[in-house]
Amino acid sequence: MPRFGMSRRNLLKTTTVAAASIVSAPYLRHSYAAGKLALGVWDHWVPGANNTLTKLCNEWGEKNKVEVTIDYITAQGDKDVLTASAEAQARAGHDIMSHRAWQIQVHRNVLEPVDDVVKALIAKAGPISPVAEYLAKSDGKWFGIPTTVGSQVKPCCSRLDLYQQHCGLDLTKIFPNDAARDPKLVDGWNWDLYLKTAEQLFKAGVPVGLPMGQSSDAIDSTGAMFRAFGSVMMDEKDSIRVNSNETRAALEYFKKLMAFNPPEVYAWDDAGNNRWLISGRGAGIMNPPSAWAVAKRDNPKIAQQCWTHDMPRGPAGRFVGQLPFFYGIWSFAQNKPAAKDLLQFLSEKDQSRQLVAASIGYDLPSFKSYYDFDTWEKVEPPLGTVYNYPPRGDEQPSITGYPARPDVATQIYNQSIHTIMVAKVCQGNEPIDKVVKWAEGELEGLLRT
Amino acid sequence: MVEIVQRYPGQLDVPVARPRASMRRFMRRRSTIAFLMCLPLITIVAALIVYPAFYSIYLAMLSKAQTKFVGLGNFAYLLGRDTFWMVVEQSAIFALSAVFFKALIGLVTAHLVNNLPAKGQRKWRGMLLVPWVIPLALSSLGWWWLFDPTHSALNWVIRGFGGNEIPWLSDPYWARFSVILVNVWYGAPFFLIMYLAALKSVPEQLYEAAAIDGANAWQRFVHITLPMMRNIIAITVLFSLIVTFANFDIVQIMTAGGPRNMTHVFATYAFLLGIRSGDLPLGAAVSLFMFPILAISAVFILRGVRKRGRDMG
Repeated sequence: MPRFGMSRRNLLKTTTVAAASIVSAPYLRHSYAAGKLALGVWDHWVPGANNTLTKLCNEWGEKNKVEVTIDYITAQGDKDVLTASAEAQARAGHDIMSHRAWQIQVHRNVLEPVDDVVKALIAKAGPISPVAEYLAKSDGKWFGIPTTVGSQVKPCCSRLDLYQQHCGLDLTKIFPNDAARDPKLVDGWNWDLYLKTAEQLFKAGVPVGLPMGQSSDAIDSTGAMFRAFGSVMMDEKDSIRVNSNETRAALEYFKKLMAFNPPEVYAWDDAGNNRWLISGRGAGIMNPPSAWAVAKRDNPKIAQQCWTHDMPRGPAGRFVGQLPFFYGIWSFAQNKPAAKDLLQFLSEKDQSRQLVAASIGYDLPSFKSYYDFDTWEKVEPPLGTVYNYPPRGDEQPSITGYPARPDVATQIYNQSIHTIMVAKVCQGNEPIDKVVKWAEGELEGLLRT
Repeated sequence: MVEIVQRYPGQLDVPVARPRASMRRFMRRRSTIAFLMCLPLITIVAALIVYPAFYSIYLAMLSKAQTKFVGLGNFAYLLGRDTFWMVVEQSAIFALSAVFFKALIGLVTAHLVNNLPAKGQRKWRGMLLVPWVIPLALSSLGWWWLFDPTHSALNWVIRGFGGNEIPWLSDPYWARFSVILVNVWYGAPFFLIMYLAALKSVPEQLYEAAAIDGANAWQRFVHITLPMMRNIIAITVLFSLIVTFANFDIVQIMTAGGPRNMTHVFATYAFLLGIRSGDLPLGAAVSLFMFPILAISAVFILRGVRKRGRDMG
């Protein structure tokens, strides 16, 4: 009888080695990795931008023999947030979901850690936005990968002609469409000058429009302004810090500034400020280049006069509201290694370049090393209108609610504490002390576990 | 009820066949057939209403991270929040005033339509029902355009007549008025159709007798129409109160609870806390606060309906 050609010891050794290599091996792009991958992705408002993402996913899918399906989910009516919440509760759905800003923190218990992907990206692309890190990292682990698609900052978008005509200010000189900025001129662009020009523009019948409702545009720009005055609601150790001279100074400033805004800003949604600028009735807003892009289509004469540039500087610095988007892999996803590989592929510089181009410069990656894409130099009219959209100088990205613990900051942000404070003071004519006290009470309640 | 089992002479008790026979009898019962026919509906109700209702009660008793049972902790927390009490007050203002005006407009319009000649009545009935049959999200959007903070069509008309613009959505009190107005516009046709049906069921002889006794139109309305319609009024008010208290679409689309949280109602506030802020248990607790309020009003209204039914019977 022929003897089996392997001893028991050898057999055990071989199987152990084989099993260990299967378990520990990284995702390999071979036929064994084939399978399906389902993505639920934010539906881009720029026509054609989704096509580029689909094209990139298909390219990756074909190369890796993975069937990729993408559902584009609108953010209208928070449908994307609702879908993600439903999937998280049901523990079923797509493998990858895109999440806006705070949603990684909301769902972190059902998200797969993605440290390996983010660390690899950082090793390649350099430092990542601190706002992205604050939003996607929990207990030292990354639970989301910052996307290029949808991520944005909300700097000033101003009318060149109106600022020149009514304020004698050439914004292209302060913020040229190249690296040659005059630091003195940039320093002069502060909240005092902004207030002075706001008054001039208001008197000329073309006021600036700062939304002060409860939508993200309002919350992002208002939060950045509070930070420019050094005001924070709560620190990372749960100490409530809203009752401060800095907060009072910010509210005093808002009291003056909001008098030069149209009264309807308290009811504006995220499109309100865009429509204000596009209609030609306003001289400036704080927004990503979406208002300019729509004006380019609907009112090209206005678009020709739009210039995106840095926020004014305050006593505590120059802050701009940032709203990064993320991809998250559900812990119940079926094909996690493939999901990680696809997300790494989409986040690399070449792919990000294509995505930024498809969005005509609206999408802003979280890596500063990506800010050299030529899209921001080339789009027009006028040439270089969005060159200063990525923070290039001393502008610091910020998210409203920071530096509170992210799960508390989520509530600060979504319950619009900042804008309600401003509205109470400026629209409701409530005394500042009373409003600060109200905010203290609200913040105390947010510490509930 | 005693079940009568008929036995034939010579019939033997066969133990093996008995379960099948009794099964057959059970299946032939009217109540069994009725139950089986209702089963699809019962399943749907259980899956889409009963299960979510119990699940939301369970959810409302969990901690923010849904990892700990906190009993009534979320409810106690809400009772201590000023903003929540503001939402309670606003929900009550919204629901009570909207239901009052819907009932009033419905009653007046039903009388007007009822007094129209039979030939043209159907057209009017159809036209007046239009607001109720358009999907609410769509009509709210239409109203939002009319009230648009910057480019309001209504303000354009007002300006045309030389008037001052109205801050429909940017002033908190006007915003409250606007959302109530849209709710009344949407809901009044439901009252109209219910009251019209009730009016048509009032026997004509009663009015004739009252007219012979010299009763005027107001006396006929107070002493005949209203008592005859009391039950239908109570039931429509109860039904509308439940639906209006739970309203979400109108407020969410038009104001999203702003300005200054002053138009939030239970449903929009629950959405803000539960979905947007990621605190599902607290959101569930807010939405469940409606339950006792509505349950108590339902008990009182239905008790009145039963009492009047007994008195009339």
